[in-house]
Amino acid sequence: MAVIAETYSKPASRFRFIFDRRDVLGAIFVTPAILYVLLLVGLPFLMAAYYSVSAYTIYNPSWRFVGLQNFTDIIQDPSFIQTLWNTFLFTFGSQILGLILGKFGAMLLLRPFPGRKIVRALVILPWAVPVALATVAWEWMFDSLYSVINWTLIALGLITRAQAPNWLGTPDLAMLSVIVVNAWRFFPFAIVIFLAGMTSVPQDVIDAATVDGAGFWRRNYQIIVPMILPILAVGLIFGIVFTFTDMSVVYLLTQGGPVGATSVLGFAGFQTGIVSGDVSHGAAISLFMLPVLLVVVFAMLRFIRRREI
Amino acid sequence: MSSRSLTKTLQETSFYGAVVFFVVLAAFPFYWMLITSFKTNADLYSVSHIPFWFNDPPTLEHFKYLFEKTLFLRWMLNSLVIGLCVTVITLFTALPAGYSLARWTGRSGESLGIGIFLTYLVPPTILFLPLSRIIADLGLQNSMWSLVLVYPTFTIPFCTWLLMGFFKSMPPEIEEAAIVDGCSLFMSFIKMTIPLSVPAILTVIIFTFTLTLQEFVYALTFVSSSAQKPITLGVATDLIRGDIFYWGEIMAGALIASIPVAIAYNLFLDRFISGITGGAVK
Repeated sequence: MAVIAETYSKPASRFRFIFDRRDVLGAIFVTPAILYVLLLVGLPFLMAAYYSVSAYTIYNPSWRFVGLQNFTDIIQDPSFIQTLWNTFLFTFGSQILGLILGKFGAMLLLRPFPGRKIVRALVILPWAVPVALATVAWEWMFDSLYSVINWTLIALGLITRAQAPNWLGTPDLAMLSVIVVNAWRFFPFAIVIFLAGMTSVPQDVIDAATVDGAGFWRRNYQIIVPMILPILAVGLIFGIVFTFTDMSVVYLLTQGGPVGATSVLGFAGFQTGIVSGDVSHGAAISLFMLPVLLVVVFAMLRFIRRREI
Repeated sequence: MSSRSLTKTLQETSFYGAVVFFVVLAAFPFYWMLITSFKTNADLYSVSHIPFWFNDPPTLEHFKYLFEKTLFLRWMLNSLVIGLCVTVITLFTALPAGYSLARWTGRSGESLGIGIFLTYLVPPTILFLPLSRIIADLGLQNSMWSLVLVYPTFTIPFCTWLLMGFFKSMPPEIEEAAIVDGCSLFMSFIKMTIPLSVPAILTVIIFTFTLTLQEFVYALTFVSSSAQKPITLGVATDLIRGDIFYWGEIMAGALIASIPVAIAYNLFLDRFISGITGGAVK
């Protein structure tokens, strides 16, 4: 008996050590992913942090330490203060607008009606289609001469051709335009998040509230919204982080213009660090995003955890 | 008509009115792409023509120009190659990582998984400066291969998280049965787990592809020569001569590039949502 058992275990013996131990194999399995992320996210992140306190430019790649000099430089620049303010306006303006549209859209799509699937597919489009391509379509709609929006306003008799606004060429209108385009891009995501949350609220809870005399608004804001807050928080993390750090909408629509009126942190970091080659100041500008990102992520994570207990 | 049925009609009308408003809001820019790409230039650049439909008969001249006189086909090919390579890299790293974090590493695996996922939130606009230095050091500047190197930095975290959730919901009994039958842990992963995860793997492939197609910032930063651009970057930045935008061609290109992504998203939307919201809904 002993002989048979021994011959049986022999063929696999060489790799048994690796292939059969959970801890060893588990470590081997996660290593490639962790290495990739460490080398191409972790390491660059530390490099960016060091750039921001160095005198590094692409013409003179020195690692000389200059302390907080770069940060003092950019804070004293009035156009940077405008950029900072623009970034908050852009982020919260488009998030609030997107959330309002998302909530109403979700309420419509919650009810079954003929053609709902097609409506949902069409409403998802702004979020699904690559942002650069959708933004280019908006750029054409905002065209200074052939804008379809202006054409419609004129045809409706609301304005005359002489009054037709230059959407991307006037500071306030340009800001409004980038906010609207970004809210437009974000609202289908908000709809989907609201829908996922609202369908997870048990019907009997809503029925019970109705029996107890809760009206439409009360059911919505005292029952449904509090119950779906965790999922809403996750959606908001994504919305805020990706808007606050975005530069593609601004880059394609206005190039930060006119005269810096729509410049946001991501775009300013790109202009200074990549286009002008002043890497250290560019990194300092980009790192201004970090405190906001950290606050948002930690607040939301804490919030989610507390709700789950 | 009684007042009750009148209210009902009013309610129905305003409901469908709101639905129409949302559909127009969401889809009009795409209708605009579609109609622009088939209009003649004389019809496009006229302030007196009604812009919403064809005043001249539709034309294919923009599509012809796009395919024959621009690098559009090359950009399509570039995007395809980038998408394929990134998908392969992502599958080979995220599949074992997601499995290991879900099954073998216990509580520390949970926090490691959250840690990997959080890197998905580190924005390109912070990383692009150091990454452009790394890419230059590797001799990949101005080449689409730089994107093959960089795109997995967001597809791996996203897909690892997605797969972690999937493997957690898969009953472990089947693999355990394979191990009892004499399979090693590794072979049970290859022979049992992978064939059972085909739906999840398909989701990963679709999302990796669409995420690479949607990316713009890294492509803009690292690639400047026309022949190396992926499709989104090429269409958005390369069909402009000086101050002149080739709107017909731009819209035709945007339309062609948008359609596959839009279809993929609609088919896989529910999985995407359950992927990113993870355990937030019970």
